[in-house]
Amino acid sequence: MSADLLPEHPDFLWRNPEPKSSYDAVVVGGGGHGLATAYFLAKNHGMTNIAVLEKGWLAGGNMARNTTIIRSNYLWDESAAIYEHALKLWEILPEELEYDFLFSQRGVMNLAHTLGDVRESMRRVGANKLNGVDAEWLDPKQVKELCPILNISDNIRYPVMGATYQPRAGIAKHDHVAWAFARKCDEMGVDIIQNCEVTGFVKDGNRVVGVKTNRGTINTEKVGLAAAGHSSVLAEMAGFRLPIQSHPLQALVSELHEPVHPTVVMSNHVHVYVSQAHKGELVMGAGVDSYNGYGQRGSFHVIEHQMAAAVELFPIFARAHVLRTWGGIVDTTLDASPIVGNTPVENMFVNCGWGTGGFKATPAAGMTFAHNIATGSPHRLNQPFALERFETGALIDEHGAAAVAH
Amino acid sequence: MLLISCPNCGSRDETEFHYGGQAHVAYPENPNELTDREWAEYLFYRDNTKGAFAERWLHSTGCRQWFNMLRDTVTYEIQAVYPMGSPRPDAAGKVTADTGTASTAADSTTTGNASPDISGTSTSPTSISSTTAPEGATP
Ligand SMILES: Cc1cc2nc3c(=O)[nH]c(=O)nc-3n(C[C@H](O)[C@H](O)[C@H](O)COP(=O)(O)OP(=O)(O)OC[C@H]3O[C@@H](n4cnc5c(N)ncnc54)[C@H](O)[C@@H]3O)c2cc1C
Ligand SMILES: [Zn+2]
Repeated sequence: MSADLLPEHPDFLWRNPEPKSSYDAVVVGGGGHGLATAYFLAKNHGMTNIAVLEKGWLAGGNMARNTTIIRSNYLWDESAAIYEHALKLWEILPEELEYDFLFSQRGVMNLAHTLGDVRESMRRVGANKLNGVDAEWLDPKQVKELCPILNISDNIRYPVMGATYQPRAGIAKHDHVAWAFARKCDEMGVDIIQNCEVTGFVKDGNRVVGVKTNRGTINTEKVGLAAAGHSSVLAEMAGFRLPIQSHPLQALVSELHEPVHPTVVMSNHVHVYVSQAHKGELVMGAGVDSYNGYGQRGSFHVIEHQMAAAVELFPIFARAHVLRTWGGIVDTTLDASPIVGNTPVENMFVNCGWGTGGFKATPAAGMTFAHNIATGSPHRLNQPFALERFETGALIDEHGAAAVAH
Repeated sequence: MLLISCPNCGSRDETEFHYGGQAHVAYPENPNELTDREWAEYLFYRDNTKGAFAERWLHSTGCRQWFNMLRDTVTYEIQAVYPMGSPRPDAAGKVTADTGTASTAADSTTTGNASPDISGTSTSPTSISSTTAPEGATP
């Protein structure tokens, strides 16, 4: 077929403008969080003279690499509040953004394999219910009814002793989420500038007044950092430290299969989580590599380990094949909770530390961070996640709910 | 998979080791005098360097000894392996007087036997020239 028979290129979803010399606010990082932040800055706060600066291509970082699990069944009140707010936003966003990004509320199961798991899970179900988060405890038979391909026999190394289940949880198409936000941002006048790397900051005393980029210096009154795995690098440029360690986190997909897996299954204990994408690939993720890394790739033994766990839990996966593996750079904190709020630098704000599980939070992170940037002080939902908690000791330990993955 | 050269046992697979995070973080000299901010720094803040990073590893299924390593966090290339308590070498494996923010004081003793007696092994850093490329594929 010759080129002139090809259809017209579909409409572009956003412009590719040159950076202006100044903006009212600049968001660094064009992943899901940066785009959602710009969207809410424009929509909720009328700030449209703003730019999102992305060093690579739009949403090519963790936003393009995550396994898209969305849920809100976290243990502590502070976490349940922000993640549940996000889940409620996911439920209305396809309409608000006028974009069907295939948000599928097929439920998420978190398996328990030890008595410790069982106790932690039941405690979390109780806490979730008190916080108005839909949560149930399933015994192994109920687990099997919901997901018939799971092996619940008790002669495996880590038998399934039950699971927590959140029916409203699910998955969505990550790329489409980014494009949906980007298109709306663009419509409202936000400049999305790709291939624009922030290389430094201009400060007047302790106040940030501009960003230096590979495409020139841009003056701005406010800066919001939303750079995920690179947050520490940017903070260092600005002259402060973050309690973050960046680690490789990997995932993989199989070839396409008939629909066999109706829900999402996660197991902290054996370190794997599995869903089946709309197209039919089995999507699997594992834990982080132990070492610090900015390489967007991890070690193969992590993948082997996760596959072994997957095959034991889902015997029919034994004949599936790995089609692709990849890695992202996740920004982990010691309490497995994010950092959203003010920084030691005036007019500079930070949203980071979402680690292995920030995709699900994208809308709420954007909404609260936009509020924080626009008003200079935190939204009720992100206030507990301020940097100061590492000094006051008011940590929000979500290792039970966040341990592996997600 | 990293191929890590333990100073005592030689080259072994990464799966035999445990990661210990940033090296050269000394236990506070006067813990009772620290402010909350200083405690936060000691407990929760670690460098998150993009590039050459001095870090601790434990050969947990081998000799069970701790040692330090200089590794590039982007390429994952291991640039030097050196004993606990020794100053951080530069990327070529040479010891430099005082590098960066890294303290050259003795390492933290919170891990128990933090300064193993690596008798029999040279105390000068081993420079490792070559391939430590992990096998993880890129997307
Ligand atoms: C393998 C994997 C699986 C995951 N699975 C899940 C899951 O199932 N559910 C879930 O909730 N979360 C999951 N996550 C976590 C989730 O992807 C992240 O928490 C989230 O995407 C982080 O926010 P973001 O989208 O803004 O990050 P990113 O998309 O990484 O955006 C940050 C952007 O900043 C840019 N940037 C960095 N430095 C600069 C600079 N100097 N100048 C300009 N731009 C810069 C980067 O290029 C990048 O595009 C997973 C992550 C990985 C890696
Ligand atoms: Zn050894």
